[in-house]
Amino acid sequence: MSGPSIRDTFFEECEELLEALVEGLSQMEEDGQNMDVINAVFRSVHSIKGGAGAFGLDQLVGFAHTFETVLDKVRDGEIAVSEPLMSLFHRSGDHLSDLVAAARDGTDTQAETEAALTAELEQHLGEDAEEEEFSFDALTLDLDAAPPLAELQFVIAFSPHRALYQNGHEPLLLFDALAELGQIEVTATHDTLPDFDAFDPDDALLSWRITLTTAESETTLHEVFEFVEGLCDLTISTEERPAEIIPFEPMTELGDSDGDASADHPPSPDPGAAANAAPVCKSTTSSAAKDARGPKPTLRVDLDRVDRLINTVGELIINQAMVSQRIEELDIPTVAHLTNELEAYKLLARDIQEGVMAIRAQPVKPLFQRMSRIVREASDATEKKAKLVTVGDATEVDKTVIERLADPLTHMIRNAVDHGLEQPQTRIEAGKDPTGTIRLSAAHRSGSVFIEIADDGAGLDRERVLAKAIEKQLVPADADLSEPEIDNLLFLPGFSTAGQVSNLSGRGVGMDVVKNAVQALGGRVSITSQHGKGTTFTIVLPLTLAVMDGFVISVADQTMVIPIASILETIRPRTADIHPVGTDCEVVSVRGSYVPIIDVAENLNLADRITDKTTGILLLVETELQGLVALRIAAIHDQRQVVIKSLESNYAAIPGVSAATILGDGKIALILDPEELIRLAQSRGPDPVNQLPRMELRHG
Amino acid sequence: MTTKVLAIDDSRTIRNLLRVSLEGAGFEFHSACDGEEGVEVFPDVDPDVVITDINMPKLDGFGVIDALRSGPNRTHVPILVLTTESSDDLKSRARDAGATGWIVKPFDDASLVSVLRRLTGHAA
Repeated sequence: MSGPSIRDTFFEECEELLEALVEGLSQMEEDGQNMDVINAVFRSVHSIKGGAGAFGLDQLVGFAHTFETVLDKVRDGEIAVSEPLMSLFHRSGDHLSDLVAAARDGTDTQAETEAALTAELEQHLGEDAEEEEFSFDALTLDLDAAPPLAELQFVIAFSPHRALYQNGHEPLLLFDALAELGQIEVTATHDTLPDFDAFDPDDALLSWRITLTTAESETTLHEVFEFVEGLCDLTISTEERPAEIIPFEPMTELGDSDGDASADHPPSPDPGAAANAAPVCKSTTSSAAKDARGPKPTLRVDLDRVDRLINTVGELIINQAMVSQRIEELDIPTVAHLTNELEAYKLLARDIQEGVMAIRAQPVKPLFQRMSRIVREASDATEKKAKLVTVGDATEVDKTVIERLADPLTHMIRNAVDHGLEQPQTRIEAGKDPTGTIRLSAAHRSGSVFIEIADDGAGLDRERVLAKAIEKQLVPADADLSEPEIDNLLFLPGFSTAGQVSNLSGRGVGMDVVKNAVQALGGRVSITSQHGKGTTFTIVLPLTLAVMDGFVISVADQTMVIPIASILETIRPRTADIHPVGTDCEVVSVRGSYVPIIDVAENLNLADRITDKTTGILLLVETELQGLVALRIAAIHDQRQVVIKSLESNYAAIPGVSAATILGDGKIALILDPEELIRLAQSRGPDPVNQLPRMELRHG
Repeated sequence: MTTKVLAIDDSRTIRNLLRVSLEGAGFEFHSACDGEEGVEVFPDVDPDVVITDINMPKLDGFGVIDALRSGPNRTHVPILVLTTESSDDLKSRARDAGATGWIVKPFDDASLVSVLRRLTGHAA
């Protein structure tokens, strides 16, 4: 079978169901009486259980069942929704999510957590928990299971009620099934038939007497009648033994008993009607809780296909640029038509590209929802009270960006609770709500995605931050830094270490790692803080990873591209601004600061260093490794959007180069990675970067 | 003649499993994602047998049975209830509602196919 396996589909569906579960639980917190919400929550857990059963994921089934049983009691109004109960549900949802992940990845989950949660859930089930024994037996129809017996003759008296026909049963099929068991003789009793005029088509008038000679057991015979039990009078007896009488349920009248003549029984599927082709499932997206407004029809597409399409569209954009350039080069007298059509071609190509990119875009909602768990865990661990408010969770971001944002965001959310918020008592004393708020928001603004993590805590303690930075020798002891500069110290590598932060958000990971992760996505992160009011981190990300705004530059004789996002400033230096340091290094003075110069061509081994100080352009970039650095290149030609092509998958990784692109003239241009260039320069021995103190961006 | 099955289940996983099992056994398979859609497509699909989940959004399995078994267009097509619970209570509720039979999840292919054959009298 091609495409994702059923098992993959199951786990995909689980993700949707878990998402619906989290959403439902949040809604339950707001309105614990809303039956639609409670039903949706129940269904999410129930569907996970159902699917998990099919794959023999017993642990998942077991826990989902316990969880579901408690939810069922809430649904029935036997258990009232309360704050502790919702907390238990949230934690159970988290554990369910862990179990799904563990089942998918073949890893283990924490048995203690499960035992504790199960015990807590079972407390709500009360005494009848034991009775609700969970059975997962598949219906067995195994006719070979019974040991062979001597042949017996059974006498079966079978007299259907009208409900038997109404429920879609066909006595003849039952006889067929019996006939498979042995020798059969069927006699219809029709003495009960009224006169023709008195016929009620809905009435069950016939009854049968069946003799069956078989080696099968009586139980097997009963199995044949399993579905019609209660819909007929049935006695099964053997010649040797006294008749056993099955207790009957009272006859059930179904549907309208007014003798509507349209009903035909026994049912006979009409072969003629089978010719009508039938529509199949119109929508395949119905996840349990999305039904409130009716699911929008969607199409599931293999991600590979989308990526192939994106790639092809990338080629199209390149092709468009090439065609335009070639025509320009022909230098034919401008034909208005041609120019207009070329312009239209360009716009169409861009439209297609944007459309295709939109396929990869996904709402940040699932990512944001995951963060509520982080807030919960972090507030438990720190004994603080915190709630997460999400804004703009319908904002769509590239799938890969969402995936790679999960870790940095988790870290920042933990930080916000751990370092940002105050203890409840402190908050009360400050006249604040004892429960702190973490506000996580997403929005599209001017071609970028803005993600903000804001807490309403005490704000940064700048004195402490500065003292710590000095202690760690990240800044000189006499440094006179502005407030934003102090705030930005948080992003320095080595600022936070495991020893100094709490065991919750610490783990040896600092904000520098967050910053790196965001920058790897072509984005940037910044911080603002207000004393007593809180701290806000802002992450700005590009809408897509497939195209990028870049400068087309010359390095030695090569055409290259450098991401605009990484460039702070371009400088055409005057001779007087450039100063040699030692024998081999140079710095440029930029508004009173000295910034080391790195010659790109030299570091890529393309050419010797540009010796004429006045030629060339300096690109001021800010890097993790070295703070401000000036990259020397030969010239800037153009600024344009380029399609990013992986080098690793097409050629090989080149140090200092992140990817490649194809320019309008059909030539391949390498895309430079400033961070890697600095690393390269550092490894080359005596260089300005190794001799100068690290410099930071001056604000203002 | 191929036997047409209409499976109504909100779980994509279960629908997939049913599709694979039943198409493999030679049934013509159609599906719907919730009760409402199931009832809506029923006349067009015109199945020989219906398989329905109980817990579904919009219209649950009992609602499906009720819709198919009542009113002027009521049908006597066999309806098989697919359920995770094997309690007698549920079985009798399903029967009272008008279900023809039931099968407990997780089902094995052979039982499912054999039940469907038994209810429709068709080889496939």
